[in-house]
Amino acid sequence: MGAIFRRELLAYFTTPIGYIFLALFYAGSGLFFNLTALRAGSADMTSMFTLMIYVLLVAIPILTMRTISEEKNQKTDQCLLTSPVSLWGLVMGKFLAAFLIYILAVAMMLVYAIVVSAFAKPDWLVIIGNIVGFMLLGAAFISIGIFVSSLTENQIVSAIISFAAMLMCYLLSSIAALVPVQWLSDVISGLSFVDRYTGFTLGLFDLSNVLFFISACAVFLFLTVRVLEKRRWS
Amino acid sequence: MIEVKNLSKHYGDQIAVNNISFTANDGEILGFLGPNGAGKSTTMNMLTGYISSTDGQALINGIDILEEPMKAKKEIGYLPELPPLYPDMTVKEYLRFIYDLKKCKLPRNTHLADICRLVKIENVYNRIIKHLSKGYRQRVGLAQALVGNPKVLILDEPTVGLDPSQIIEIRSLIKKLGKSHTVILSSHILSEVQQVCDRIVVIDHGSIVADDTEENLSKTLSQEHKLIAQIEAPTQQVFEAIDTIKGVKKIELLKERPDSVNDYLIETDEKTDIRRELFEKISSSGWCMLGLKTQELSLEDIFLKLTMGESIKGFKNSSKEGQQ
Ligand SMILES: Nc1ncnc2c1ncn2[C@@H]1O[C@H](COP(=O)(O)OP(=O)(O)OP(=O)(O)O)[C@@H](O)[C@H]1O
Ligand SMILES: [Mg+2]
Repeated sequence: MGAIFRRELLAYFTTPIGYIFLALFYAGSGLFFNLTALRAGSADMTSMFTLMIYVLLVAIPILTMRTISEEKNQKTDQCLLTSPVSLWGLVMGKFLAAFLIYILAVAMMLVYAIVVSAFAKPDWLVIIGNIVGFMLLGAAFISIGIFVSSLTENQIVSAIISFAAMLMCYLLSSIAALVPVQWLSDVISGLSFVDRYTGFTLGLFDLSNVLFFISACAVFLFLTVRVLEKRRWS
Repeated sequence: MIEVKNLSKHYGDQIAVNNISFTANDGEILGFLGPNGAGKSTTMNMLTGYISSTDGQALINGIDILEEPMKAKKEIGYLPELPPLYPDMTVKEYLRFIYDLKKCKLPRNTHLADICRLVKIENVYNRIIKHLSKGYRQRVGLAQALVGNPKVLILDEPTVGLDPSQIIEIRSLIKKLGKSHTVILSSHILSEVQQVCDRIVVIDHGSIVADDTEENLSKTLSQEHKLIAQIEAPTQQVFEAIDTIKGVKKIELLKERPDSVNDYLIETDEKTDIRRELFEKISSSGWCMLGLKTQELSLEDIFLKLTMGESIKGFKNSSKEGQQ
């Protein structure tokens, strides 16, 4: 796992992917910070975080699009799958590397919070809530992206499908509102990423929400392992 | 040691490998010979645990590759058909990654330096893989298989894409490695497996058509009754002269040159060796024999010989597949 983790990190910075992701993230957060906090003269950063979800929807597919599809395309999976590394080790190595890049991106939000604190007294509980929520949301999105990447050999297809899948997850609560059947609507809104996420932006640490994102993450990583396993047996 | 027992692989209805069994002993180089689409790579992918088998068993040093994959994979160095290289890494970064990936315990820098010396990639050690030529990529692929000094080496067409002097070097390297390793290498060149391997398994359409030592197989395949002679003489007279030699069945003009140095294909009985008499005849007529050699077997001839016509049909199918 360690070897794969280190190689992935290296790959993010020897290919443009890592830079594109960070640039998108920093540019987006800079712009939204400027618009919502600086211009408005508000110490409330929640709206910046909420707007940043749109950046996530675009940036995370770029971060994860090549994780597994490219291995298959370049036939380098032949080297990974014939080495003494478990499939879980392989998938976790890739996930953790992508997540570390993501942390580097989110860390910038903390810088903005410190900037704000120089002028006003921000609500640290809300800021930490936002950051934690953002981390969890991102982890779930990354694992969805990795899962989608394991389904195709084409990076671009992988990115587009990931984007669609994440958008779906994001819109689940709106979809739920349209479903006439009450129980189905409840189930769908129970799976809504946004509803779960909103709790954090208020500074509320609801354990069930934390567990929701962690399980979403685990489910998609598990599915990725299954896809890799299945391919060997086809 | 590699033991393969009744191994099969089906892709839907298509049978890529059909119930094959063979053994490669320690210190033995086993050649895997077959035309395109015979199932060589598929077999190797099953041996290395890249794909699973539909049926049967593969044991690497007694360890079942599907039951204890972690343990079995540690014993194997694999060079797939296309070297599994990351184009954006340097050779150094790549080999270090493989070293970590295989959880290798040998001292890193000296071990990797030894391998680089062995496959002669020291001069490209700091280059980015995507800028390397095909031959160098093949060598980096071979280096990758050697990392961790695994006891079993599985090499899928290791000399493809190399220049002739490199081919000779890599073959002699494989021969050297064969003394202390179990090696399986695949090829569709008969002379290559004859030179390098102790034992040869011939595979066609997913089934084994021959499994024998190099000597026995060469004996079966010996082709002394087809000679190619290069003779400087008037064509018509040569035909007449050779025709009088006992045992000659057929003469054919292979290549005609303006200076009347022509190549002739002479087919004889299986039993008679006409080489001495042929030479006498040519020189006594005052002509000049500039070359004489036995004709190389094509894969088509091999399958014809090995299966006595049974797999002719099969081979034709596979050559058709190759053209598509
Ligand atoms: N993933 C797959 N799906 C379906 N058929 C496959 C697959 N992989 C291989 N085959 C089929 O299995 C057969 C054996 O292929 P294989 O690659 O093992 O041949 P080979 O002996 O290595 O040939 P070559 O000399 O061209 O490398 C072929 O007919 C091929 O079409
Ligand atoms: Mg092959």
